[in-house]
Amino acid sequence: MPRPHVALLLSLVAAYGFSNFPGGLDPYLLDVLTGIGINIILAVSLNLVNGYTGQFSLGHAGFMSVGAYLSSAVSLFVAPKLVGELSAAGPVTQGAVFLAALVTGGFCAALAGLLVGVPSLRLRGDYLALVTLGFGEIIRVIFQNIEVLGGALGLNAIPASTSLVWVLAVAAVTVFVVHCLVESTYGRGFLATRDDEIAAAAVGLNPTRYKIVAFVVAAFFAGVAGGLYAHFKLTITPTGFDFTRSIEIVVMVILGGMGNAVGVILAAVLLTVLPEVLRPIAEYRMILYSLLLVLLMLLRPQGLFQFPARRPRG
Amino acid sequence: MAEFLQQLLNGLSLGAIYALIALGYTMVYGVLRFINFAHSDVFMVGAFIGYFAGRIVPEGTLWGGLVVLLVAMAGCALLGMLIERLAYRPLRGAPTLNVLITAIGVSLLLEYSGQVFFGAAPRTFPAILPSANFTLGGLVLSSNQLVVIVVAVLLMIGLELVVHRTKIGMAMRAVSLNPRAAQLVGVNNDVVISFTFGLGSALAAAGGVLYALNYPSIDPLMGVMPGLKAFVAAILGGIGNIPGAALGGLLLGVVETFVSGSQWSTYKDAIAFAILIVILLFRPAGLLGRATIEKV
Repeated sequence: MPRPHVALLLSLVAAYGFSNFPGGLDPYLLDVLTGIGINIILAVSLNLVNGYTGQFSLGHAGFMSVGAYLSSAVSLFVAPKLVGELSAAGPVTQGAVFLAALVTGGFCAALAGLLVGVPSLRLRGDYLALVTLGFGEIIRVIFQNIEVLGGALGLNAIPASTSLVWVLAVAAVTVFVVHCLVESTYGRGFLATRDDEIAAAAVGLNPTRYKIVAFVVAAFFAGVAGGLYAHFKLTITPTGFDFTRSIEIVVMVILGGMGNAVGVILAAVLLTVLPEVLRPIAEYRMILYSLLLVLLMLLRPQGLFQFPARRPRG
Repeated sequence: MAEFLQQLLNGLSLGAIYALIALGYTMVYGVLRFINFAHSDVFMVGAFIGYFAGRIVPEGTLWGGLVVLLVAMAGCALLGMLIERLAYRPLRGAPTLNVLITAIGVSLLLEYSGQVFFGAAPRTFPAILPSANFTLGGLVLSSNQLVVIVVAVLLMIGLELVVHRTKIGMAMRAVSLNPRAAQLVGVNNDVVISFTFGLGSALAAAGGVLYALNYPSIDPLMGVMPGLKAFVAAILGGIGNIPGAALGGLLLGVVETFVSGSQWSTYKDAIAFAILIVILLFRPAGLLGRATIEKV
């Protein structure tokens, strides 16, 4: 079996093992670990767009919110009509409903990604960043105005379906899919698009197509992450997905070293844990966090975990 | 009709503030080609300096207002130059993305510092200027709105003079045209860039004080939305283009005021971004900008 598949299998088994941890974990630790898992999904999926394909998207939180809202809508409004009261249903039904909710959220986010991507991916660099930022904010305002989805108050009483095993499993699948996609023959096109769009087009690749595929896949996973987040926090508001959230995800990708899968995962872990570790200094922690961000950019502009490529020997 | 004119007037006074902020964005983009995300927080700091200075000067006097405005502008000019010196200058020549992230970091730093030092709760901005309402054939113009428009126009005229009639202004235009060529003919780029940051930040501070006069509730996150919208205004007018930023700001202010006066008022924050997307898709160079052709 190829190595990525083994890794996926091992991490799924590990995730399952975690869920059957004797005595269970400390709730606080569980909370942090779930947060880490969700951030890994977000960062790794964004890495496909920002790192591998070289497009700068600032709207990831927008897609996350689409997933969060739509999957919550499935759990809250659709599922009770199909299977009756969720809490009365068996674990298998509950799991199936949750999976359906996550996948629905993912697909809706992917659709949103397609709608956003097709017009905006003609733009580059700063401009693309701004358009995605604009779309993210527009999605937020739209959710604020949909009464069925709670308007500005958001949705609450979402069933607590997210468990650590779900988060870890989805994170493992995300890493696996993104890795296999980029390492495939088809996926070389992402790197070609990043390295030189004109050259890529000259050898017969379609850069726009690659950009859109990257965008849609990333949006899908952001949507799933949003679904996990909603069923973990149990209450969501439109303001929870504003552009500071997008920036957090972008920062993870950049600190990890764009296009460096392991680095991005480490950065997601680090940036989730950092505010927790800094909790003792309470109000100053966010100052320190932003200061660290600036210092890291000044001192290690290539990303925290990006090291010079190993040269082939000989 | 009267209502239309009234909304237009309100829109212009909001737009004048957007224009002041947008000028800072556009000037920095002109010389450095990057989006200074921290600009919106300089605007916030400007309002806070105005708040503290406003408690010292006697309320309701014209000269008091002028002192507050000048103190805020000077303070923010220093802050802007400091940010440039410490955070952006070491990254000169680095990839845009890194500079962008640094700018975001500085922006967060200012916001969080503001929350710690000024407190997260909104504060009421003192009524520095004497207030009166002028009525003109059914139109109501508050003295604060009048001050906003007058000050903004004066500052823009001043900026125009600095950029086109002074040596440093000429250097700014040279750097924005071609930094390397400017260096070759003896322009000290560092000085020019520092000056640009100072100038832009001073305008943002003026915008902050004027904004706080009209919407007298200030908090450390007050800059985020006006900042983003002013940036949209800068793009709308053509980024890097100074008259364009002024035009874009005014247009955006007017459009937003009309939207918030209509039945679509809850979408007023979305309209700026919708404009941004439309303009980037159909005329990325902006209204007054000149399209550039990419050479292979």
